[in-house]
Amino acid sequence: MSGRLRISLGVLAIVLVGASILAARGQLGWLTTAFTGSPAGAEAWTAPKTPWGDPDLQGIYNYGTSTPLQRPRQVSDKQVMSDDEAKQLQSDLAYRLDRDRRDGGAQADVSRSYNDAWMDPNRMRLTADKRTSLIVDPADGRIPARVERKLTPQEEKERIAADLSTRRFNTGFQESYRDMDVGNRCIIRRRNEGGGHPYLPAIYNNMAQIFQAPGYVVIYSEMIHFARVIPVDGRPALPDNVGTWLGDPRGRWEGNTLVVETKNFISRGDVGRTGVVYGNANPETFRIVERFTRVGPETINYEVTLSDPETWTRPFTIMVPWNKTNEQIYEYQCQELNYDMYHWLHGAREREKRGEKFDPNAPDARGGDGAEG
Amino acid sequence: MRNRSNAVIVATVVAVAIVGIWLAMRLQAPAAAQVAAPGQFASYTPSRTADGKPDLNGIWQSLTTANWDLEAHGAGAGAYPHLLGAWGAEPGGQSIVEGGVIPYRPEALARKKANFASRATPSVPGDGVEPPLGDPEMKCWMTGVPRMMYMPYPLQIVQTPTAVLITQEFNGNTRIVRMDWQEETPVDNTFFMGWNRGRWEGDSLVIDVTGLSDKNWLDRVGNFLSDTAHVVERLTAASPYHIAYEATIEDSKVFSRPWKISFPLYRRMERDVQLMEFKCQPFVEELVYGRFTKKPTT
Repeated sequence: MSGRLRISLGVLAIVLVGASILAARGQLGWLTTAFTGSPAGAEAWTAPKTPWGDPDLQGIYNYGTSTPLQRPRQVSDKQVMSDDEAKQLQSDLAYRLDRDRRDGGAQADVSRSYNDAWMDPNRMRLTADKRTSLIVDPADGRIPARVERKLTPQEEKERIAADLSTRRFNTGFQESYRDMDVGNRCIIRRRNEGGGHPYLPAIYNNMAQIFQAPGYVVIYSEMIHFARVIPVDGRPALPDNVGTWLGDPRGRWEGNTLVVETKNFISRGDVGRTGVVYGNANPETFRIVERFTRVGPETINYEVTLSDPETWTRPFTIMVPWNKTNEQIYEYQCQELNYDMYHWLHGAREREKRGEKFDPNAPDARGGDGAEG
Repeated sequence: MRNRSNAVIVATVVAVAIVGIWLAMRLQAPAAAQVAAPGQFASYTPSRTADGKPDLNGIWQSLTTANWDLEAHGAGAGAYPHLLGAWGAEPGGQSIVEGGVIPYRPEALARKKANFASRATPSVPGDGVEPPLGDPEMKCWMTGVPRMMYMPYPLQIVQTPTAVLITQEFNGNTRIVRMDWQEETPVDNTFFMGWNRGRWEGDSLVIDVTGLSDKNWLDRVGNFLSDTAHVVERLTAASPYHIAYEATIEDSKVFSRPWKISFPLYRRMERDVQLMEFKCQPFVEELVYGRFTKKPTT
């Protein structure tokens, strides 16, 4: 190697080191933009670490949005909308989610009795990236088709029992607390309504606070006061026979991403009609893998992949941004003040005393539209 | 010359020793004074978190029988001996109350006795009975402060500079202790777990709890406090394996003077120990709602 080459390499090394320092400080925005296509501001931000070296996810977050889980047919195959389209969809969704409107008749009014006073304002806004669906995979933005298979005689029996239970609930003839769903029973939030994993936007309380200590990440959900303690110290999972309503999580770090796998769900027979995991999938074959990545000072990207070969024809992935909020989390009382349980059961017994009988074909006593979160 | 230099060395050693002892006494004296129950723990300098506070992170559990009765009590048969035999029996225990006895106002003592009489026959919200009947623990309600600290279930402390999370295995009872938070409860309501504000006083985590629900009981025999209660807790690391815990309870509606409880929290040391899920709602539905069901299903 000649002396000149050595000198040239030395100069090049100094230039590269200097450039990378400037780039790291965000002072060569044009350079990073040219290479990565992303704005310099995003490059300049470095994901913070805790004093013991874990990525720092801590803060109080709200994951409310009106962006629908599944892509609405009206936007067909578009994954991201233009500003005008987003404006239109946001106002359409705001109208559909509006609980103060009175155009649905008496039954709809009843089901909208959790009116706009309850509504989390974040629930009225699309995600900042103007996606058409929270589902990012598959590309059509929709939950994959369900697996079709013939039910075993036992499963068929359970299905009929579950349908009857639903009819009793919907017509106001609950026989027992087992005719209520897990949310009404104050055990856990219904799995398609957030307040736990997967964390999906609902009408209210889309709040979570993340705490970290060496070896642990804790995600505290306001709904039904749920502190989800996630060990990140590599410990083994619980034995399979240990059943839980919310599953037993184990976390690990992949770069700046917290990856959480959760298992040990109780079996379906112990739960009642609405299921313990998302989509009433089979808790034994259901898999949920969550990824939390802080992508800026104010935002975590929450990506969750759900799969169950007995339920869906393929896995699917949902991405919901978690945005920092200045609000606080307050105590959520449920079991302590569960008037619903009393009113429904007591009401059903009173109707029986008056000689009314359960008719599975009777119309719903609750309104159909607007009751969903 | 040689003697003189020897004298200098001796004098230096003595001086260094005096300064050293003085420093050691200065460092140790506050630690000794902070231990809640003098005589129980030798002085201890706790390990610290990155922000220099004593490290209270971990899984902890009390070993008292205070959840059955805060005051001294003999063993008892429990509420359902005909069903549960020795499973439902209650261990005897010594009082964790300073001075032994809770200083009730006379009318409040009558309420405590009524609580006891109803402890195993719960009402539901729709019954309209106030105060509600039945021990909140039996109904799977949140069990409040300070009761969560001495129930026979582990609890986990997750300590950060701005907030300390205390979560308990029973029913997932949780409170967020906001550090150096000035405001009283910001809403016109009470909380079963109270409004918790924390601060460090020397090496003690002091938690100021107000806004407690008047539906809280303190134990299974019906000791209780009201929505005017002010609970001040003090958690002091007493060894790598112990927290000295004490709480002063002031509630002029119920008690004739402030009173204090104290006991140690023990660190759970089992390999890979963790809080297990204890969702008790399904366990109490038949007890609480069974009388409204068409036919009991379990």
